[in-house]
Amino acid sequence: MVPVLLILIPLVCGAVSFFIKSEGAVKTGALLSSIATLVVTLLGLTVLTSDSSIRAEADWMPLLGSSFSVAIDGMGKILCLLTAIAFPVIFISTHNSKYSNPHNFYALMLLSQAGLMGVFVAYDALLFYFFWELALIPTYFLCSQWGGERRIPVTFKFFIYTFVGSLFMLVGIIYLYSRTPDRSFALESFYNLSLTNPEQMWLFWIMFIAFAVKMPVFPFHTWQPDTYEQSPTAVTMVLSGIMVKMGVFGVLRWLVPVVPLGSWAWGDTVSTMAIIGMIYASLIAMRQDDLKRLIAYSSIAHIGLMCLAIFATNSMSMQGVMIQMFNHGINIIGLWIVVELIERQFKTRKMSELGGLAQKAPAMSVLLVILALANVALPLTNAFVGEFLMFAGVFNSEVTEYSKVYTVASAVTIILSAVYTLNMLQKVLFGNTSAVTAMGRDIRRNEKIILGVLVLMILFVGIYPKPMLDLTQETVDMIISKMINKHPL
Amino acid sequence: MNQLVYLVPLFPLIGFLLNGVFRNYLPKNLSGLIGSGAILVSFVISVLLFIEVKNGLVINQTLFDFISVGELSVPFAFQVDQLSSIFLLIITGVGFLIHLYSTAYMHEERAPHFARYFAYLNLFVFSMLLLVLGSNFVIMFIGWEGVGLCSYLLIGYWFKNDSYNNAAKKAFIMNRIGDFGFLIAIFWMILVFGSTNFADVFSKAATMPVGAAALTGITLLLFLGATGKSAQIPLYTWLPDAMAGPTPVSALIHAATMVTAGIYMIARSNVMYTLAPVTQTVVAIIGLATAILAATIALRQFDIKKVLAYSTVSQLGYMFVGLGVGAYTGAVFHVMTHAFFKALLFLGAGSVIHAMHHEQDIRNMGGLKKHLPITHITFLIGCIAIAGIPPLSGFFSKDEILAGAWSVNKIYWVIGVIGAMMTAWYMFRLYATTFLGKFRGTPEQEHHLHESPAAITIPLIILAILSFVGGWIGIPEVILPDAHALEHFLAPVFAKSNELKQAHHIEHSTELMLMTVSVAGALIAAIIAWIKYSRKTDMESRGFGKVLENKWYVDELYDKIIVRPLYATGKFFNRQVEKNLIDWLVNGIGKLVHYGSRQMRWMQSGQVGSYVLLMVLGMLVFFVLQFFIKK
Repeated sequence: MVPVLLILIPLVCGAVSFFIKSEGAVKTGALLSSIATLVVTLLGLTVLTSDSSIRAEADWMPLLGSSFSVAIDGMGKILCLLTAIAFPVIFISTHNSKYSNPHNFYALMLLSQAGLMGVFVAYDALLFYFFWELALIPTYFLCSQWGGERRIPVTFKFFIYTFVGSLFMLVGIIYLYSRTPDRSFALESFYNLSLTNPEQMWLFWIMFIAFAVKMPVFPFHTWQPDTYEQSPTAVTMVLSGIMVKMGVFGVLRWLVPVVPLGSWAWGDTVSTMAIIGMIYASLIAMRQDDLKRLIAYSSIAHIGLMCLAIFATNSMSMQGVMIQMFNHGINIIGLWIVVELIERQFKTRKMSELGGLAQKAPAMSVLLVILALANVALPLTNAFVGEFLMFAGVFNSEVTEYSKVYTVASAVTIILSAVYTLNMLQKVLFGNTSAVTAMGRDIRRNEKIILGVLVLMILFVGIYPKPMLDLTQETVDMIISKMINKHPL
Repeated sequence: MNQLVYLVPLFPLIGFLLNGVFRNYLPKNLSGLIGSGAILVSFVISVLLFIEVKNGLVINQTLFDFISVGELSVPFAFQVDQLSSIFLLIITGVGFLIHLYSTAYMHEERAPHFARYFAYLNLFVFSMLLLVLGSNFVIMFIGWEGVGLCSYLLIGYWFKNDSYNNAAKKAFIMNRIGDFGFLIAIFWMILVFGSTNFADVFSKAATMPVGAAALTGITLLLFLGATGKSAQIPLYTWLPDAMAGPTPVSALIHAATMVTAGIYMIARSNVMYTLAPVTQTVVAIIGLATAILAATIALRQFDIKKVLAYSTVSQLGYMFVGLGVGAYTGAVFHVMTHAFFKALLFLGAGSVIHAMHHEQDIRNMGGLKKHLPITHITFLIGCIAIAGIPPLSGFFSKDEILAGAWSVNKIYWVIGVIGAMMTAWYMFRLYATTFLGKFRGTPEQEHHLHESPAAITIPLIILAILSFVGGWIGIPEVILPDAHALEHFLAPVFAKSNELKQAHHIEHSTELMLMTVSVAGALIAAIIAWIKYSRKTDMESRGFGKVLENKWYVDELYDKIIVRPLYATGKFFNRQVEKNLIDWLVNGIGKLVHYGSRQMRWMQSGQVGSYVLLMVLGMLVFFVLQFFIKK
């Protein structure tokens, strides 16, 4: 019941939005839809936790062996919660932004939300693929219609990247389907497959590339900074806050438990890529002047750690990934909101043109400092819990002999992240005001409230992460058991 | 009392929140009252806790589960034993005096900034209390990074000034390098001990053989953390720059409390260090090298706060020597006496700077003795105490460390005494140049010279008394038998280490002789410096002095071999690899597709003839393929 509603509410509201011509009405409608989704999600987390309410099954394409099978497990809960929180936050924080053809814009946003929810609850591979594309396609349009100057070539690149990845994944899914004895797309059937070692070797890559592009993992990442930079900020928030989690989620649900031998075999390769990417992206982030590009590269480094931690395969590392998927979404959306506010007021995102905002906008400065501290994973912010568990898990990993090397190499980024994040604070907030910021003013009350809510979430999860961790423990145990069962050792 | 431990950090936290949230509405005297009052309450509770643990009791309090995953359980829990109790008293006691002092020192600030200052200061005390109260390494790390954050915020307190911001950033980043080591040490502990709780870690470590690789690794990594926070080679360069912050901040954070966190951490982990002799040697040598290096730089500084900053680095070096030679009590003792006299000296310097209207160059001072009588006499007491002249406090703690050094390696002692002589020299150079001789500032400055208000002088007087008598709780055996109260008090904390290591006992006659030599050396240095610099002030540095004045050019070196290459690599990745390699490949694939489709265009030319041809060709291909596959 709950998962169906989570898909249906945005889907129906999105479809209806196409036909609403009034800008005010469509904005309100989209906001109400997203709030309704949030309410349903919260009910699903607290009251409606019975098996019948978090699961649903219906015929879809019985001849193909595919059914409309959806359910929310621990990982699904945490990601649905993120999606459900993110959309109202995005709608409220970009309330003052003007878009041409607002009905199309909001309709596409809501469709994309429906797709995201679908991805996180699908228990059928074909359904998963369907929602995967449903989430992506609206963003192509959003980016190509409402993006910045270079939107056309950038969107094209984004499209090629993700489309090629998706196609590979589809081939993988169809192959897996063909190997199921009862010709079924059900997740359970995929988990029960007994695949030979050579099969898993290539299946791993064919599936992983789709997820690696989405995350993105070095060297599949070059679409990302451009796309983040060129998309309207609301879309960037969806892309970076939630959509990158599709990649991480995909690996956790549809890759490592399905092809465990492939994952063991390629774990070191992927880990090396992830670590190179973390350091590479951090060093590049140090050289950025555009706030959006800086955050984009910083995000590549953070996601790289998640990828590394998945392949460390233990309770700590996986729990770290789970909680960090949520945290990363909250933190980066907060950062984008600040970027949006700065850009709207000063018409620039270049740090070299900003400065001295601590004098002009003290409230925004305090909030940005806390967001930045979460970005460097300072203790008592949410990101510390995630990064601590992930690094600790990588160090304690029993599936690779290089666990110590991995940890030391990747943990260098905690120093580099301090470098670029504090540079950003200094250039934006401190020092004297520039010509651009001399007439600056502080942010409005509603903007303070929305950022304040995000900051409170950052601190709450940072101080008392237990509820979050309890949510996903079961999923983590399940994934690990699926992997360990088939471990060659 | 047992269940009230959480109150100690709670009050500073409340103070932080009140001052932080209502900074725009609070009048100055109220935010000063909230800030100082919160620390005073914490101090009172700390005293009660001290009385409790005096009898060898250890208080534990678990608040809630912080991180609990699989086998790993990290509770948010506090532990008060004798070691943490000493630190609690220093942090809240000296902390309160500095808060009180700040109410006067910062009075020129506008109200919201005044409240912001006290909010930061309270947050600092809160973090520092977490650091020493935590009953596992993760909680300690929370405090550890928390104090780093507050240090960052307070160094950059005057945020309009870019060089202050740079100093703040440098402090945070260099500390982060240390934190990197600390974190990896924690991960390693999880691997080896399955826990980060002090009780589990230390009891399991005690059963390991001396020199176990894991212990050596963990202790070295923890020490890397300590070199960041406690400003030791190679990570010490941030501390002198940190003097950009307001002077009371330098006194509290960069002299009395935060920078001693590394000593606390190693003293806390003494069992592991005792079992890792390699690390102990490293600690002792780094400590000694830092003590000497910083002392040489202090000889040629002209900024009153810079002299004190290098002096702090040097004194911290002595504390590490103590830890390295296993004289744990001596190191903690020196933390305590140093907190008294260095806070006193910094606050005295602040009083001077206040009177001189933000002048910090001692070449423009001189003859302040008659204008600032209380500041003068208390500063002099601080100088005697730090120089190690009996019966003031510095003598006792430094002597204990030097005696420990002798028992391990006599060369350590010799170098230590040379450093102690330099200490006496640069301190009395500072004292004489500032307070004696003729006034060298502008007539206008002279006109405004006046003693500071009571909120400034009262903390000075209290700290001067403590600097005078503070050493008497640790009188060595050789002077008065059974009078080392501190050693008895701390005995339970270091019991295991004392059991594990073979005691080196020094003959009483030898110890007396060593004591005489070091005191005589310090006295001679102090007197010569006093006479020399009260007559004439040195202005320009020449020759080797220039190298010292420029801090051995270490900052320039780091810039050349680390900072610039790092940024250059970032630039290379950004300009070359990202755009010209990876994107080139991706675009290449795109172009290939484009090219391919253009080449295929002829196939759909719309001419029926060519379609038929293609069809026939296709059938042929399939036919051939099938033929082969069947075989």
